[in-house]
Amino acid sequence: MGKTSLHVLKGLDLEVKEGEFIAIMGASGSGKSTLLNILGLLDIHDDGSYYLNDQLIENLNEKKAAVLRNRFLGFIFQSFNLISYKNALENVALPLYYQGMKRSERNKKALFYLEKVGLKDRAYHLPNELSGGEKQRVAVARAIVSNPKVILADEPTGALDSKTSEGVMKLLRQINEEGMTLIVITHEEDIANMSDRIIRLKDGIIVSDKKVIKRKIKK
Amino acid sequence: MFDLDRWREIFQAISNNKLRTILTGFTIAFAIFLFTLLFGIGNGLKNTFAEQFAGDANNAVYIRSGKTAKAYKGLQIGRKIQFKNDDYKYLIDEFGEDIQYITVLLTKFLKAVYRNENSRYQVRGVHPDIKFLEEMELEQGRFISYFDLKRKAKVVAIGRLVEKDLFGKRSALNKYISLDGFNYKVVGVFSDPGGDNDERYIYAPITTVQAIYGNTDYIDNIRLTFKPTMNNAAAISFGKKIGQKLRVKHNIAPRDQSAIRIQNMAEASQGVGQLMFGLNLVILIIGLGTLIAGIVGISNIMVFVVKERTKELGIRKALGATPKSIVGMILQETLLITAIAGYSGLLAGVAVLEYMAPKLKDYFITNPSVSDVLVIGATVTLIIAGLIAGYLPAKRAARIRPIEALNAA
Repeated sequence: MGKTSLHVLKGLDLEVKEGEFIAIMGASGSGKSTLLNILGLLDIHDDGSYYLNDQLIENLNEKKAAVLRNRFLGFIFQSFNLISYKNALENVALPLYYQGMKRSERNKKALFYLEKVGLKDRAYHLPNELSGGEKQRVAVARAIVSNPKVILADEPTGALDSKTSEGVMKLLRQINEEGMTLIVITHEEDIANMSDRIIRLKDGIIVSDKKVIKRKIKK
Repeated sequence: MFDLDRWREIFQAISNNKLRTILTGFTIAFAIFLFTLLFGIGNGLKNTFAEQFAGDANNAVYIRSGKTAKAYKGLQIGRKIQFKNDDYKYLIDEFGEDIQYITVLLTKFLKAVYRNENSRYQVRGVHPDIKFLEEMELEQGRFISYFDLKRKAKVVAIGRLVEKDLFGKRSALNKYISLDGFNYKVVGVFSDPGGDNDERYIYAPITTVQAIYGNTDYIDNIRLTFKPTMNNAAAISFGKKIGQKLRVKHNIAPRDQSAIRIQNMAEASQGVGQLMFGLNLVILIIGLGTLIAGIVGISNIMVFVVKERTKELGIRKALGATPKSIVGMILQETLLITAIAGYSGLLAGVAVLEYMAPKLKDYFITNPSVSDVLVIGATVTLIIAGLIAGYLPAKRAARIRPIEALNAA
């Protein structure tokens, strides 16, 4: 992916390079979730322009948006958003279903990614049989299963305790190091410090954009 | 196009959301069940009425005689009027063009004997046209003919139950039975849709009965049918004209209803027709009402179902589901549930009707049943209603921004 430059909210200019790990911080109401939703094509921007993978996003109908989301984007939500009546494996395989992949193939692939997040033995458990950390790791597996360009995570550790949070962040770090671009929304400094670059929003405007010099966790 | 993966998704959604599935299915199944039941019972009532008036031609006119109720032309009151053969000929001469079938009836109660079996039956001396007037069906042999009348043949056609009484399981055809000592050859056995009574008659040529039992030209009454092409009003006035002519012929006061009695089915069928129309209307209203209740029910459920799934649909959209695939999934699921439920409701309704049919006979409900076309039509209507009711909210849910759907509930 070349550059993702955008012009959002009350006029903000942001370019995210391929392979970057960005944290977006800000108080609630600062517009960070809106930004992420626009980046993720979950919400529509009224003004300005957004290039995803060098492609101008405009006049996007739902069908096109669905295809782009499916191919280029992976989502991780604070509330996990797993489908309650599907087991971990089926949840992970769902994006592949919408790619039209064969069942046996997608289950294989889903299992591979579940193994990657360390949940191979929990593959056939329903979400309500999993702990919060496990659920989020299933969600991470689901986000990366389609091998997207960008992973968008909205408060991925918001519902987890600090130890579990660290595990999830390590996982995200690892994914980033394998080449995926990561954009994480958080309000926790600890979490943000695990990224490469922190962008702070206030009232819809970028107030700071800094590289993180020191990494608190090593790979 | 058959998409196995899509069906898998649907089966999983159905089997993992049992309450929702049962609610949806139950609405449809119950509506179709009630529809089948009510329509079936309604049809049963109709059948009862139809049966009550079956058995005789519905364009029949019965002509009977009695005693005069008025003095007329110097003749005293209370005079008995006796029909004779010439009345039959007179009617043919006067009304031949309007008459379809005509017969006289001369009734005797006679003891019938075959070997060791005997019993008393109503023996009717008739013309061959009685076969059509009574709507008899020949099971064996033939009916009595004009040739039998001409040679005063001692032949009879007997009812199915007469055969059963006297011959048991054997055939009566070409056997001889004795009627008060005179031997008659059985030339035919008939059944009659009018029921048991009508199947306990013995029919003989009128000429034979007149010659053997009394040696007169007396007849008891005359039956005829008017041409079916005649409309109801014409048929009613036709009946009145017969009465007038016969009263003139027998010197009876013009309005003396007791001396000449005309019973015209055209008059009765007018009333029956109105009754049937009313009954049909009631059945129709009941059916439509049930159907509308079903449509409202399924529509509500579908709105609820889609609402409940909004978040799931949002997740699916975030993962790359197109609006079309969302709408398609919901509609396919609805179709499957409603079709299966509708069919179950139909089966349950028919089963209950079958089970209850014998017990309902006491309540004037005969053979309650519904036509396949009707019930399948009702089921399809409900399925379509379900699809429309599911389509609108599904379409809206598919259009909703994923983020709104995700934030819901």
